[in-house]
Amino acid sequence: MHIPDGYLSPSTCAVTFAAAVPFWYVASRKVGRMLNTKAVPLISVVSAFSFTVMMFNLPLPGGTTGHAVGMAIAAIVLGPWAAMLAVSIALLVQAVFFGDGGILAFGANALNMAIVGSAVAYGLYRLIAGTSALTSGRRVVAGAIAGYAAINISALMAAIEFGIQPMLFHDASGAPLYAPYPLSIAVPAMMLGHLTFAGFAEAVITAGLVAYLQRYDVDLLKASAPGRVAKGVASGWTGTRKLWLGLAALMIASPLGLIAAGTAWGEWGPEAFQHPEGRAEIAAASHNIAPPEAVPAGLEKLSSFWTAPIPDYAPAFMHSHAFGYILSALIGGGLIILTFLALSALAGRLRRATPDAA
Amino acid sequence: MDAEKAAAADAGAHSTLRTPRRKANRRLFRAPSHLLHALTHAMEAEDLASRDGLLQSLDPRAKVAGALLMIIAATMLHSLIGLALLFAFAVILALASRIPLARLLKQVWLGVLAFTGVIALPSPFLVPGKVVATLPLLHWTITEQGLRSAAFLIGRAETAATFAALLVLTTSWPHVMKAMRSLGVPVAVVAVLGMTHRYIFVLMTTAAQMMEARRARQLGPLKPADQRRLIAGSAGVLMSKTLAIAGDVHMAMIARGYRGEVRLIDDFQFRARDGAAVLLAALVPAAIFWMQR
Repeated sequence: MHIPDGYLSPSTCAVTFAAAVPFWYVASRKVGRMLNTKAVPLISVVSAFSFTVMMFNLPLPGGTTGHAVGMAIAAIVLGPWAAMLAVSIALLVQAVFFGDGGILAFGANALNMAIVGSAVAYGLYRLIAGTSALTSGRRVVAGAIAGYAAINISALMAAIEFGIQPMLFHDASGAPLYAPYPLSIAVPAMMLGHLTFAGFAEAVITAGLVAYLQRYDVDLLKASAPGRVAKGVASGWTGTRKLWLGLAALMIASPLGLIAAGTAWGEWGPEAFQHPEGRAEIAAASHNIAPPEAVPAGLEKLSSFWTAPIPDYAPAFMHSHAFGYILSALIGGGLIILTFLALSALAGRLRRATPDAA
Repeated sequence: MDAEKAAAADAGAHSTLRTPRRKANRRLFRAPSHLLHALTHAMEAEDLASRDGLLQSLDPRAKVAGALLMIIAATMLHSLIGLALLFAFAVILALASRIPLARLLKQVWLGVLAFTGVIALPSPFLVPGKVVATLPLLHWTITEQGLRSAAFLIGRAETAATFAALLVLTTSWPHVMKAMRSLGVPVAVVAVLGMTHRYIFVLMTTAAQMMEARRARQLGPLKPADQRRLIAGSAGVLMSKTLAIAGDVHMAMIARGYRGEVRLIDDFQFRARDGAAVLLAALVPAAIFWMQR
């Protein structure tokens, strides 16, 4: 995900750099105040750690390997501000001395991975872990989801930065000057690898590290759990394991939907009213009541108003219908889980807040 | 730098211990190929940096500023011929600085081509435009615009990476970091960079030793799930060690009088030739900007 030089225009580099600078400024002020003289050695050594973690090669299902970026780990142990600085420094060392990621693109890489990645990881981890005990299994799941989401949002940002290049920068003949693929290609191409392999690697490393620290060095988890003491019983993962496995099975079984004939009742598009076959199908599904002659006016008006990001569950660029279907199930299921976890955490917080207020 | 060389040699010894390949376990820690390369590179770069060449004779601050200006120029250009000229200029600089081209080929050009080439490969088929050829059998069309954009992507990535490599190959690492001050990088960041650079070698060696110790106590290959558990556990141990080191280093710094202010020894000399080099380097993007207006 390290963007090399030459993929982004100078103006994109400048904009992403300018977006990163305020975060670095605030982070260095906060970290300096919090850690005082300890800031310099701590950030240095943790940057080196973040660099080293990227060298661990994780065996992934399917015989491939992947490596984690480690932003979620840094954010959970150090908090978001220190993590932003440490991961940024690791990225700078990689760009300058190892040719991994561009020098002009450093601003974009730092924004994607160090700043947004750390912030998302920390926010999600806090939200999902809630006020559970430091040794609770919920924190392990929170770490996994935080790592998975952080790396995917970083990848999505990189994909968007790539995808806007051909819209904005052309030479006289119309040839794209920088990354040549539009959003419709850049986003799925980037996300495919990250939603699967890279996301899995990050989730495993983060969850594994949280579980390790719970057992051997629980004090390190205190930074991201203000006011918690290290006690409590492990729960969460073991209790809900069957539910998670069931959900995974359902997602994988989703192409069964392709076998089902016809369209679900009431889910017709405006074009279904215009073809004889479509009209026959609607009539057959509605106890032989003929559909209206013209496309209903409200349907016609609203259908142009909203277009789904993944129309008909299989994006046009994806040639395998079944694969697109599974991918849609994964994305959709993931979004729903996230929304639900966010809501339950919020509800939990409100419930706790009310008795105190009374 | 002696400690660094020792660390590099140490890590080298680990990689040679790894040579009898054990199928399932050899991939767990990738330090060697990538990092050892960098470690030996650090030592070789020192050798290259001490040679008597054009870029070696310049002030590090002039080189850092110049490299940045040339990378900006490579990113700004809207002409493939201009890009080719800029790349040729980088090659001439390498020759004048006695950097073997085989080294650039191995370290920069092939690596960038492998990565960017794969990304640019579909571009001739996917970018819409004037069709210049059609693939037999598959009937995929190749467009002129697609070919041009692939050439832009590869040309820019190669040229920018070559200038970045020239800087690192002709300047020792501590000098590059100190010279970053001249670009307005805050002094604390430069200090952190210097320490990070040092501790990368320490932690890499520690991680390699941990993996070595684990392998020495293990019979037969591990299952993938156990491997993942091992990696997560090792990352955890490394994290604890990292924070312990940070504490120790902090105490050592305090004991030596550190009060939160960073001071660097700045012993660079900026001469007339450095000024001329920066001026020349600045003229390139300025001229490109003026011509492309």
